[in-house]
Amino acid sequence: MNVIGNRVIYLVISAVLVVASLGVMVVKGFNFGVDFTGGSLLERGLPGAVSVPEVQEALAAPELSQYELGGSVIQPLEGAVEGQTVILIRTKAFEDQGPIAAIDEALEARFGEVSVRRTEVVGPVIGQELVRQAILALLIAGAGILVYITFRFEYRFGIAGVISLVQAVLITLGVVSLLGREINSPFVAAILTVVGYAINDTIVIFDRIRENLQIRRREPLMELVNVSIRQSLSRSINTGLTTLFVLVALYVFGGSSIKDFTLTLIVGVVVGAFSSIFVASPLLYVLRSIGEGREPARTAASSK
Amino acid sequence: MPLRRGTGLRLLGLLALAACAALVLYLQPLRYGLDLQGGVHVVMQVDESYTAPVTREVMERTKAVIDRRVNALGVAEPIVQLSGDRRVIVELPGVHDQQTAIDTIGKTALLEFKDPNGTTVFTGAELRNATLSSDQFGRPAVAIQLNDHGARLFADLTGRYSLTRQPLPIVLDGEVLVAPVPEGTIVGGEAIITGQFTTEEARQLAILLQSGSLPVPLSVMEIRNVGPTLGQESIDSSLRAGIAGVVLVLLFMLFYYRLPGGVADVALAMYVLMLFALLVGLRATLTLPGVAGLILSVGMAVDANIIIFERVKEELRSGKRLRASIDAGWKRAFVAIFDSNLTTLIAAAVLFYFGTGPVRGFAVTLSLGILLSMFTAIVVTRTLLRAVVDRNPERFVRYFGVKEAA
Repeated sequence: MNVIGNRVIYLVISAVLVVASLGVMVVKGFNFGVDFTGGSLLERGLPGAVSVPEVQEALAAPELSQYELGGSVIQPLEGAVEGQTVILIRTKAFEDQGPIAAIDEALEARFGEVSVRRTEVVGPVIGQELVRQAILALLIAGAGILVYITFRFEYRFGIAGVISLVQAVLITLGVVSLLGREINSPFVAAILTVVGYAINDTIVIFDRIRENLQIRRREPLMELVNVSIRQSLSRSINTGLTTLFVLVALYVFGGSSIKDFTLTLIVGVVVGAFSSIFVASPLLYVLRSIGEGREPARTAASSK
Repeated sequence: MPLRRGTGLRLLGLLALAACAALVLYLQPLRYGLDLQGGVHVVMQVDESYTAPVTREVMERTKAVIDRRVNALGVAEPIVQLSGDRRVIVELPGVHDQQTAIDTIGKTALLEFKDPNGTTVFTGAELRNATLSSDQFGRPAVAIQLNDHGARLFADLTGRYSLTRQPLPIVLDGEVLVAPVPEGTIVGGEAIITGQFTTEEARQLAILLQSGSLPVPLSVMEIRNVGPTLGQESIDSSLRAGIAGVVLVLLFMLFYYRLPGGVADVALAMYVLMLFALLVGLRATLTLPGVAGLILSVGMAVDANIIIFERVKEELRSGKRLRASIDAGWKRAFVAIFDSNLTTLIAAAVLFYFGTGPVRGFAVTLSLGILLSMFTAIVVTRTLLRAVVDRNPERFVRYFGVKEAA
């Protein structure tokens, strides 16, 4: 496996994917769920005993499909009138009363007479403030990572690692945007997990490169980086696999409520694992080759 | 060959740790989030008596203050959202002290520093910080730190009335908390508010002052219990999926790494046990995505084991004997594990320090997972492996999944 020999191909692919991701994000944007956008809150009384899944089924009726109510959250409310089940439906914001009337009709068709107790427009749970702070925190975290890697390795490892991390996150966001999956509160945690996974994965390969820089001083840098990737390959594959086992199981067999969350993680873990090998390592090679002639001196790495 | 010195002791220590974790899980009830267990649904509305116009901006500020209070109360995964023009909906998962929580959230908490004539000189808006403290007699109190502007006003105020020895009332929502007589000019803007507080009351007050006062008075319109947003079926299927995923990981380790893989499986079981115990001990609230995250962390926690075992295999292939290979493998793998995990830990620490609400909660869980996974791989797996292998190393080489050394 000659990753470094083919570095130009990999770096170009990565750059194209990043540009494409940015393009998709700009053009298509994100399908923000009610946690971000706010929406409608409906409180309805239904006759008899009704369960949450039954209401979900009613909302999945074909005549409602045009309103895309899949992300609706339904809760039973206590303290009801005798013989009634009161439910709260949190759903999207609508331009007019049409969809809400349609929901009421669907409920009535399924459960019988519906008593309208409350219909309100509600604001977002996750405000812009939280998103702004999360992004700011991520940027500072990136700076922290850069400083630590520079301290433990050297600055070029840090730059390569952080660039690779940023592109992994951008591509993950691009895929999520492309798939049009709904984004709600857990998404923030999913992206943060991807950041943690991707940087962790990269450092393990960098560690091998650092070690080899010390013990294989005669070897050309290209060969050395290739060998380091090869040596850590079974670890990269196995760790990726065990993580994916869990995620795929959760995605395939888990409830619908965590599907969007796990899908984001699956994409992020795959992208993160590939970037460590095909982006971080080639970038490091390029950075170390620049300005050091054909055969870079390796003094820097021995000062760990 | 007998066990190496200390291995037996370490085994005992690990057993004791596992027992402690199990005990915590047994004694401390788990807290579940709104999605798993439901909670309480509170609707608050701007007081009828408040006649000034209520703009969108005022309501946004109200929400921000409530967000801060809910966070400070340590309620995880709440819902706070504006509803209509004058209402706020707050949903809290099954907090044990709901009434106190609701009272705290709905308080206006307007703090006023007055002169002896009852004129307000400045308000809690000039606070930089408020923390739980105690006065010189050890009674619960709230220590406040004013910002520069407030500190100047406070120095003026105390300077002016210290000669006449007139009391200066500090008022919360129209009620005089304390009316101390200034002994002299107080510069620096630090003060302690004492009163007839219990520790709990002082803590609540500190939270209220720290999060700022509500721009409009709110009154509670209704409080009702809500059920979980997820049906039992959905919860069950997700848990089954998680267990299936973890079993796959355990089987993979066993088949790929053989004996050490099996040992790692035992260590991973301990990881899950300790992580849950720690989270429960820290009173974390479990939500379904949170549980999915924990299950995912198992997949990631094997990483350290994998790094070590790959190294041990390399050492074995190079012709070293088993015990030497294990020692060398651990030593070499340690640097990689240390640096990769510390990098992630630094990111988590930054997220905790600069993040808010859910981001902070995530950072705590992530850090615990990282530290525990390092501990299980470096200490638990190694101790267990030694206990198994040390008696007769050469007998066990073939269970390490390495083909004959080249």
